[in-house]
Amino acid sequence: MRHEGFEIGSHALSGMTSSAAVEIKGVSRIYGSGEHRVTALSDVFMDIRQNEFFTLLGPSGCGKTTLLRLIAGFDFPTTGEILLNGQDIAPLPPFKRPVNTVFQSYALFPHMTVEENIGFGLQMLGKPKSEVKARTDEMLELVHMTAMRDRAVSQISGGQQQRVALARALAPKPEVLLLDEPLSALDYKLRKEMQIELKRVQSETGITFIFVTHDQEEALTMSDRIAVISNGEVRQIGSAREIYDRPADRFVADFIGESNFLEGEITATGETTATVALAGGTSITAALPAGPKLSGKVTVVVRPEHATLGEAGSGAFDGTLEEAVYFGTDTHFHVRLDGGERFIVREQNVRGGGHALPKTGDRVAVHLGSEAAQILKD
Amino acid sequence: MSRVREAAVAARNRDIRNRWLLSAPALAIIFFAAVGPLFVMLLYSFMVKGDYGDVKFGQFSLDGWFSVFFQRDLFDDTLGLADAHIAIIWRSIKLSFSTTLLTLILGFPTAYFIAMRPARNREIWVFLVTIPFWTNLLIRTFAMQQIIRNEGLLNNTLIWLGVINEPLQIMYTDTANLLGMTYVYLPLMVLPLYASIERLDFRLVEAGYDLYANRLQVLRRIIIPIVKPGLIAGSILVFIPSLGAYVTPRVLGGGKNMMLGNLIELQFGGGRNWPLGAAISITLMALVMIALLVYVRNVSRGGGSHHG
Repeated sequence: MRHEGFEIGSHALSGMTSSAAVEIKGVSRIYGSGEHRVTALSDVFMDIRQNEFFTLLGPSGCGKTTLLRLIAGFDFPTTGEILLNGQDIAPLPPFKRPVNTVFQSYALFPHMTVEENIGFGLQMLGKPKSEVKARTDEMLELVHMTAMRDRAVSQISGGQQQRVALARALAPKPEVLLLDEPLSALDYKLRKEMQIELKRVQSETGITFIFVTHDQEEALTMSDRIAVISNGEVRQIGSAREIYDRPADRFVADFIGESNFLEGEITATGETTATVALAGGTSITAALPAGPKLSGKVTVVVRPEHATLGEAGSGAFDGTLEEAVYFGTDTHFHVRLDGGERFIVREQNVRGGGHALPKTGDRVAVHLGSEAAQILKD
Repeated sequence: MSRVREAAVAARNRDIRNRWLLSAPALAIIFFAAVGPLFVMLLYSFMVKGDYGDVKFGQFSLDGWFSVFFQRDLFDDTLGLADAHIAIIWRSIKLSFSTTLLTLILGFPTAYFIAMRPARNREIWVFLVTIPFWTNLLIRTFAMQQIIRNEGLLNNTLIWLGVINEPLQIMYTDTANLLGMTYVYLPLMVLPLYASIERLDFRLVEAGYDLYANRLQVLRRIIIPIVKPGLIAGSILVFIPSLGAYVTPRVLGGGKNMMLGNLIELQFGGGRNWPLGAAISITLMALVMIALLVYVRNVSRGGGSHHG
């Protein structure tokens, strides 16, 4: 369906909300050659929808920033193509792409005021003065910086610089806004505020956001969809809930949230679940991942909050409590299972009530909720 | 309470005294090496000239200053402008300005090129730029002479290539002065420019491209305003010594194309008119001061105001 609009051009397509804003098709980026060959991205495919808050999540050096730079035009793919609203943008230099970037370092022009920074892109597009002024006013309003318009960028705080960088990138009305870890330089409280702010701006402007971060919490709370990237490869693309609840592989399960991994062997396979014999001798039922049926040795993942503690002998498996770490809202119980693995159970702290807390060294059982255990692809 | 205050006052006085004592050696050097000789020059410019050089001390006269700009006709004693002096002053200003411009045009791409090399190679390039400094200025100027003289490298090559039939007369012209000074002062432009381009945050250039500025606009609107301090430092470093250049016009310009430096030398040497020499020296200083003031005003007006 998408390709029918190929010749129509970007403007005809941008009105169709069903089409993809950005399509990444088999993009690889390889630096150097021979022994010094470094693969920053390998064979990446993804579709980013119109008006979507799309996040590229991964550890540093995973290639997420490289992908952003390829879309912005600061770097070029070794293979593959990038379509913006159905058009191949490979031949366009960065100053001809209807895409703007909020840089990690903000990269505000030090010799210009707040207002001049925001108006720069529109000026370069050759917009008439009155339009530049009106749009700049609008942007200053949007990021609550109207009072600071005549300040030098060195005279405003980090959070304010962040807002100016956002306003500057939004002012030319880009079709896609790229954000390269824009919140990483802010302190915790300011970061929380800016997360909400960014979501608000995104929904008010309706511009497609591609957001790069290594912070999983940031990704989970802000994104419509997330692409988890590791070593230049896309591991999983999905909503926050899909990625957290149904991690595609061990890397995703490990990188996002906390996970308990148990090794075992499939003894019986059902429609959507399988019985797995664990090292400790017990068997549990775990959900099978989509795709080809698995058999033999597998890894089972259980989120700490999907398990509870109970009297020894009453649950899926027994163990000894090694440590209880109090976190305010909840407590993490570190259990050494009889099979030898370490298992973390997270229980919410309840005021006044609840069962008596087990002590270090107590024998305990781990109860698994229904669908708590999942079998992972490798 | 009052005792604390007394102690504080005493401490502050001690601080002030120590500060003066510590800066005394520096102040002494500044006085004897810079202000002192200048004062002597100023004094000499108001004396009657001695018959065989030097001045007649204690005999006050404005003749030195008078003859910087005016001269008496040999025959009818009428007053006229000192055309020769004014021509030399004008040539000095014109040539210094052209030299500054030419070193800027050549120096900017050079400095940019060096700043864009990988960090480990930059040192080598900077080192290469400074190599001419190892050789005596006179030797370098004679080398330039070998290149531009009528039977020199440049003319021979052009004739061999068939571009020209007759050698170009470059020696003993203003062009020779300009080429010589540009060659000599180019490193003084490249080094400060390199220092400021090297510090340029290249992400700002990317931000410029991202915001629809093409290469020329990025250069004009982002790179040049940000590296302006280096640009100005380089221009000052080239303009000031150019204005007082002595060796280059002496060797390449010949007797006809004197600059201020040569004129001053002439007054203290063959001319035996020390008050005039002193007055021209101070005029040269005044020109430099004016040029600096213009620069400073330009800096504070354009862009600089946003930095404070």
